[in-house]
This record gives sequence, C-alpha cells and structure tokens, in this order.
Amino acid sequence: MGFKSILFKENDDQIKSESLNMPEFFTDLNLDQIVHAVTHGKEGYNLKPFFYTPLNNVDAILYRQETARNLENKELKKAVESFSRKMILMRRYLSLIEKLSSGFHKQGWFLESVIVYCDAVKCLSRDMSGIVLKSTGLIAFRNYINSYVDSENFTTLVFETQKIKHDLSDIKYCVIIKGSRVTVCRYQQETDYSIEVEKTFKKFKQGAVKSHLSDISIASGMNHVEEKILEIVVKLYPDVFFCLDNYCRNNKKFYDNTINRFDREIQFYLSYIDYISGLRQSGLKFCYPAINSTKKKIHDYEGFDLALAKKLLSEKKMVVCNDFYLKDKERILIVSGPNQGGKTTFARTFGQLHYLACLGLPVPGIKAQLFLFSSIFTHFEREENIRNLRGKLQDDLIRIHSILKKATPESIILMNEIFTSTSLQDAIFLSRKVMETITELDALCVWVTFIDELACFNEKTVSMVSTVVPENPAVRTFKILRKPADGLAYAITIAEKYQVTYTRLKERIKP
Amino acid sequence: MKTFLMYRDHDVDQRGRLPANVQILTNDLELETLFDAMALGDNFIFEVTRLTVLSGMNNDIDTIEYRQNILKDCLKNPSIVRDLYQIPIESIENRKRHWYGIFSDYPSSILSGSRSMMQMFTELLKKLKYIADNHADKFESEGFSRFYSMIQKELDDDYFSIMETHLKELKFRDGVHISAELGKGNEGENYILRKPDQKKLNWFERIVTKKPKSWSFSIHPRDEAGSRALWDLKNVGINRVANALAQSADHIDNFLKVLRFELAFYIGCMNLHEQLAGIGEPVSFPMPLPCDRREYSCRGLYDVCLALTVKHRITGNDINASDKDLVIITGANQGGKSTFLRSAGLAQMMMQSGMFTPADSFCANICNGIFTHYRKEEDSKMQSGKLDEELFRMNDIAGSIRPGSIILFNESFSATNEREGSEIACQITRALMEKKIVCFFVTHLYEFPRSFYDKKMKNVLFLRAQRKAGGKRTFKLIEAEPMQTSYGEDLYANIFGKDR
Repeated sequence: MGFKSILFKENDDQIKSESLNMPEFFTDLNLDQIVHAVTHGKEGYNLKPFFYTPLNNVDAILYRQETARNLENKELKKAVESFSRKMILMRRYLSLIEKLSSGFHKQGWFLESVIVYCDAVKCLSRDMSGIVLKSTGLIAFRNYINSYVDSENFTTLVFETQKIKHDLSDIKYCVIIKGSRVTVCRYQQETDYSIEVEKTFKKFKQGAVKSHLSDISIASGMNHVEEKILEIVVKLYPDVFFCLDNYCRNNKKFYDNTINRFDREIQFYLSYIDYISGLRQSGLKFCYPAINSTKKKIHDYEGFDLALAKKLLSEKKMVVCNDFYLKDKERILIVSGPNQGGKTTFARTFGQLHYLACLGLPVPGIKAQLFLFSSIFTHFEREENIRNLRGKLQDDLIRIHSILKKATPESIILMNEIFTSTSLQDAIFLSRKVMETITELDALCVWVTFIDELACFNEKTVSMVSTVVPENPAVRTFKILRKPADGLAYAITIAEKYQVTYTRLKERIKP
Repeated sequence: MKTFLMYRDHDVDQRGRLPANVQILTNDLELETLFDAMALGDNFIFEVTRLTVLSGMNNDIDTIEYRQNILKDCLKNPSIVRDLYQIPIESIENRKRHWYGIFSDYPSSILSGSRSMMQMFTELLKKLKYIADNHADKFESEGFSRFYSMIQKELDDDYFSIMETHLKELKFRDGVHISAELGKGNEGENYILRKPDQKKLNWFERIVTKKPKSWSFSIHPRDEAGSRALWDLKNVGINRVANALAQSADHIDNFLKVLRFELAFYIGCMNLHEQLAGIGEPVSFPMPLPCDRREYSCRGLYDVCLALTVKHRITGNDINASDKDLVIITGANQGGKSTFLRSAGLAQMMMQSGMFTPADSFCANICNGIFTHYRKEEDSKMQSGKLDEELFRMNDIAGSIRPGSIILFNESFSATNEREGSEIACQITRALMEKKIVCFFVTHLYEFPRSFYDKKMKNVLFLRAQRKAGGKRTFKLIEAEPMQTSYGEDLYANIFGKDR
C-alpha cells in the first residue's frame, strides 16, 4: 500500500518536520489572524503546525495543489466531511471512556465508537468510488481505503461488532426498590402497569388537564446506584458480557493509523477551502499560482489581503484588489504615497501570497506566478518598551541588522516605514545603507516608505504609489500603481478630516 | 463613624472617577510599574493606588496638602500604620476562614450570621481602640488626629460592654419571647420579640417564689409539620431584631472597608518610599500651586518607573519651565527624552494624588487633566494608516481636553514626511497653547521646533538631550536650540560596524 500522507508527497521526514512555533513574521503579515480564522472550530485537529510549515520544493507544492483543486469538487468534499464528522464522534466516545469509572460502562461506549468508525470508513470508501479523482494523493488514498475495507481484519471487526451489539440489545431486566432496598432480576414478561393504571382510571377523564409530566430526563453518565444495578445485570447475563470483555480486549487498537492521519491532514485543505468560499461568493478570485524556484520573475493580478478582505466583507465594505509584477533585474518594490492609502496592506498582501503559495494553497488573484522563497523577514513598527532599555532607533537598527545577517538571495524582505523615529536626514542616510545591502543580496523586497528619494534608487527598484481620487485628495482609492513617486503626502487632509487643524482646535476646545 | 483619611469632609469614592484616557495614560506613562511597586503583589493595594493616582486630577490643593500631611505621619510611624491596616484585613480573613456572613433570607439564620459577625467585629474594634489609646499622640496631621479622637469618643468602654451583653442575649439561651395580639378571627398578629426577665434567682428564691400559671404541650419529634409552624412563628418574632443586627454588621463592615481602602493608598506610598530609599533615590513633598499659574521648577526630577525597573539611581533633571506654555525636547536618540517626558507626567500625577514626588524638589501648578499622545505600534486591526491613527487619537483628545490641562507628545506626527509632520505639529501646539494648555513635546522633527525658535517666543522652552563630543550621552537635558540630526549615524556605525 503506497499511501502515507495527503499533505506530504515524499518521505516521513517532512511529516516529522511539523514546525510547532509560529514563524516570526506571522503577526506582521496578519497571517496569525488568517490561520486563526481558518482553523477556528477545528482546534481539535491541531492544524496550526501545518500552516506554520511552508514547503521547500515545487513537487511537494504541486502535490498539494492537485489535492486542493480536487477537493473543490462538492461531492467529494461532502463525502469527506461526513467521514470527518463520524470520526469526531468516534473520538468523543473514546475520550468519554477515560472519564468513566465502571468497567462495563466503559465497554459499552467502546463498542459504540467502533460502530461509528466502521460506518465512517465503509461510507467514505463507497462514496469515493463513485467520484472521478485527479489528484495523485487522493487516488492513492482511495486505493488504500478500498483495500482496507476488503481486508480480513476489517471485515472481521465489522462482523464481531454487529454480533455483540445485537446480543446486548436483547437483554431485559427488572429493578425492585423497597424502602432503601433495591432488587434487580431478569425480565419475566410482566405487563406494563402504567397502561393498566391508565386503563383503570380512563373513565374519570373529563376534558383537558394540565400536564404533570416533568421534563426530568436521565442524564448521561451513571451514579453509583446505576452502577450497582449494572453489576447485577452482568451477573444475570454472564455469557454476553464475557464476549464483550473479550471483544474489547482483542480490538483495543481497532482503528487504522493511516486513515486516522488522513482524517486530520485533509482538514488542512477543507478548512482553507471553507474559509475562502465566502470570499469567492462575493466575487473575489483565487488561483493556483505557478511556482518558480529559480527565476525571480513574479506577478499576481487582482490580489488582496486575505485578512483584511474577510474583515471588510463582514462590514459590507468593498475590497480593492491590486496587481504587481517584477521583470528582468527588478527585485525591490518601493511603495510610497499618501498615508492610509493601502501601502501596508500591499506589503502584507505580497508576503501573504508567497506564504500561502508555498503552503500549496490557492492564493488571491486571477493569475499568479510566485517565488519559492527560503525565508521571509518583516520589519514592521513596534511599540517602545521600557524594559528593553534601548532607544527606538537603536531597536530598529538592531532588528534590521539581524535580518540582513540572516537573509539570503532566496529571502523575501518586507520593510514597513522604518526609521520614522529619527530625523529625515538620518532616515535617508540609514535607508540608503540598508538598500545597498539588499541590492547586493539580490533578494525580493517590498519597502513601504515616505522617503521619495528611495523610489528610483537603482535598476532593481520599482516605484509604486498609493493613489487618491484626483478631484478629492482626501479620498483614497487603495489602488497601488506602478508609477514614479510624486512626493505628495496628504497629511493635512487627514488632519482636516479629524478636525485637529489650528482653526478647528481653537473652536473645539471649550473652557 | 467616618474615616476621612482621603478627604477632609467626605468618604472616598471607592469606584473612582477616572478620566476617559485611563488606558492610554497607564500605557504611555508605564503606570503599572509604579502601581506594582506600590502594591508589592497585593491586588487590592494595586487597584486602590491605581484609582487614587488616576483620579488625582480632580483634587484641589487643600486635599493634596491634607493627604501630604497624613502621608508624612505614615512615613514617621510605619509600623503603627501597618498595624492599623491589619485590622480590616483581619476582618476579611476571619470571614473567609469562618464563613461569616449573611447568606439566607430567613430571620433565624440572618440573626445567627450577623451575631457571629458582630462578635468578630467587636474584637477588631477593640484593637482599633487600643491603637488609638496608645499611639494617637505620635500623629500630627489633621486627618489622623480627627480619626483617633473619633475612635476614642465613639468606642468607649461602656459601649463595648453594652454591645457584648446584647450579643449574648441574642443567642436566646432562655428561649425566644414573643408578644402577640389577636387579629381577625382570633388569629395572632403583631408578633413582637420581648426581652426575658433579667433577674436571676438563686436556688432558695426559686423554691419560695410562685411561678406564673402555665400549661405546656409538645410536638412529637416526628411531627414535621408542627415543628415547621413553630419555627415560622419564631422567625416572625425575631425579624426586626435580626434586621437591626444585620444592618449594624453591614455598617461596621463598610467602615472597615473604607478604612482598608483609604489606608491601602498610604500603605502603597510607604511601600514605594521604602523601595526608593533602598536604591538611594530621593523623594520630596512637592509644592502644588493654583491651576491658573504657570510655575514649573524641579531639581533632580527622575523617572520613578525607570528607577524601579533598573533598581539603581538614575540621572535626574533640573528644569525651570516657569511661565512656559510649551516645552520642546529634541536631540540625541537614547538621550533620555522619553524618560524625561515620562518623569514629568509621573511627577505631576503623583503630586496631584497627594504623594511625594521623585525629585529633590518639585513645584508646579496643578492641572485639571493630563493627556498623552505617543506614537503607537502599527494597528493590527488594519483600520487605519499610522498618521491617520495618530490624528484620530488627537481628535479624541481634542474632544475632552480643557484649558488648564497638560499634554505630553512623544514623537507625534512623524509618520509622514518632515515638512508635513512639522506643519501638523505646529498647528496643533499653537492652538493648544492659545487655549492655556501646557504642552511637552519630544520630537525628531526639525522644522517644527525651528519655527518656534525663530519667532523667539518667550513662553517656549527648548531642551535638548545632551551629547558630549564623541557621541557619549549623559542622559541630561540642557536648555539649547534645536539641532538637525539625531545621531543615527553613531548608532549605525555601532551596530553595523562590527561586521566590517
């Protein structure tokens, strides 16, 4: 049986390489929000490590892209989801057992979990057989599960399970409580006394009366009295319980590990497909990007920030998409222009696209070609912290220094408004120094800045500018366009918007 | 009985009237470091000092001085004040340990619950009285003198003995005596609890005295309904007395709670005082001046939170900013600009809450509100760009700031380019100054301070983080004109230089 994992094409090494820690740049790119939202409700699967582990070769990415694409088939998705729900139920029963004290109580729940499991596996195998599959991974899995269902192990398990369930359903017993005394015996065809009583008093019935039935129901779980009763029932029907005891002993490891792992791993795709389906419905596009491991020629058309898009849609606002491309020697996108024009969002989008692409997932956009990066570095502003006892500028420099030391030509570097805590003259000097190093490195970079001087630094830099509506500079279009920096920041218009200009403040502050 | 240790003539408001910008102030001035030091891990003291310091802007000079004097008494008699503080604490601990309290709405259980609480309170009040009797003469402040003489007057020995007698009798060892009248249908009503005859007879008198005529009946132990009826009647009878006792217990409880609250603030101050003394940092009682004056002078003013963090003495500043409406601080990175800004804010808040100040001397006019505008981390909610966010916050401030307030700007409006940032900063500070608001402004902008400097305005003070030749920082601020660079090149050479 050649199938191991639906997430990793090759060896077990990658399976072990699940990174447990969130990559450093996650919060800066709001990937933490995305992953949190994607995995929300599926915490039990512990999916986050998969999202923390980008792939590092093109084949592995293609393996996932195929699977994800195939899972967009609604019929297949429904079949897998139904399977997963049953597996959840199975696990819930198994974990319930650990909380119980009585042995025979536990065995009853164990039997239930096996029943659900057999059903889950049989249905999935049946459902998948009727669907045309294209993904290498899913086809391999189908072969695996089909031969598993036909195996002697599984057919025996199903047979034994059904038999024991049937025998247990046939048991009937009586409990007799006298004062503080309780007696339990086999059922001996006694008649239903309630019905007799009802019959007897039927003639007094006149019109409707208020119901005195209370809605007390027996809660799940057993108190010690119920446990004692059960113990007697076991003595009344020793053969059946002897069989059950044997059955449980023999089938301790009843489920198949590969199927169990499939159940977890497939959630990686399902959770993401569910997450983006809402965005698709409102007209946003996703595509499977081409991945380049050598050439740094990249593009994405109609991309957007996934986290922001979700938020905007929930507020019924419009999502603005943006394009970018880098050709020839171009490596560095310098983004300048008016504040609050979507510059930071653009930088985040660039990072998100690459990251999601290397997870093997569809990315925002109608058409994309992206780079197989080895590492992503971000430098976004952080709040001053009394405890590190360093000045802000020093902090900036130390962080940038450590980024540049670690970065390689395969890195992606995202800089967002650095050196704002010093004078303009200083900022230009320092930015130039850093820019020289990045240029030398030949890494891909997006650099958001208010320093126009950087926009035409050298042949590797491309200037992109956030734009405003020409007639009303206070209105942002959130379009980031490829054009020379024009040095216009519309700061004062924002001050007007918030009524904090000189004249408005004088009017507003009352004694 | 009123404690009046925070205000001369009224109780402290235990919920506090906090300004709207509480959270911002707490973050920007690192107030939690201060509260942590004052609380020493005690959540209650933390909360009290937080409320007291943050609501200090409402205090008048009279209240500030009233508290200063009480605090001076505390610093003189630390162990007595700590003993005093133990009294309300003991009440809480006792209640936890013995489950004292009024948990039911049935008179008999209200009565027994409040009776045992009152017994516990009596012991505590005796301790309070003991302290007043033995130590009152060591205190000079108006607040403490009044407090002790009130205790001595209200809680004299007679009062204790009356209270104890009642508590004993309310156990009803001799039964519950209830009077009743006949109401409609000869049904009993107006059930009133009566005090049993106090006279105890000796054995001889008991034999010779005639008993009043009486018949008795019993309820069978298994007659549950009968027992229930008797119990109800008893509850009707003791209803009023239970209520009265429970209310008294509540009153004493509240008194102890207020005492705890008010003392907690001073305990916090004492804790802080001890820690600062431990690292050799001086403190002094500041001189508050009326709000409409423009006075500001200090010697050795240091950032108390930084001192508490690094746990050793740090450089203080001598500033004279009297008659100034705007103080602009420029100069070297890591030269102590932010630290000074925070120290100014902290000192002001400490002064106005009645505390000592972290300085050799501090004298300033009080203000009616303190505001901070610090640059912030990138907004993770993606709502706005950085400058937008800064101006959004400025808008909030403009909505609540009034003439007579102080505002501290830290590198505000630098998220855009130099020219536009300066323009915004100029417009905002000019408007605020003209509205009688004092501004402290730490900035890297150059055109902004320059434009004020060139106008040679008398009400603007320029401070600069000192930098000796060779780039060494002294962390001292000196009076000097704004300069163009912030010495980023020094840092670059320092950090990147190692690679070469």
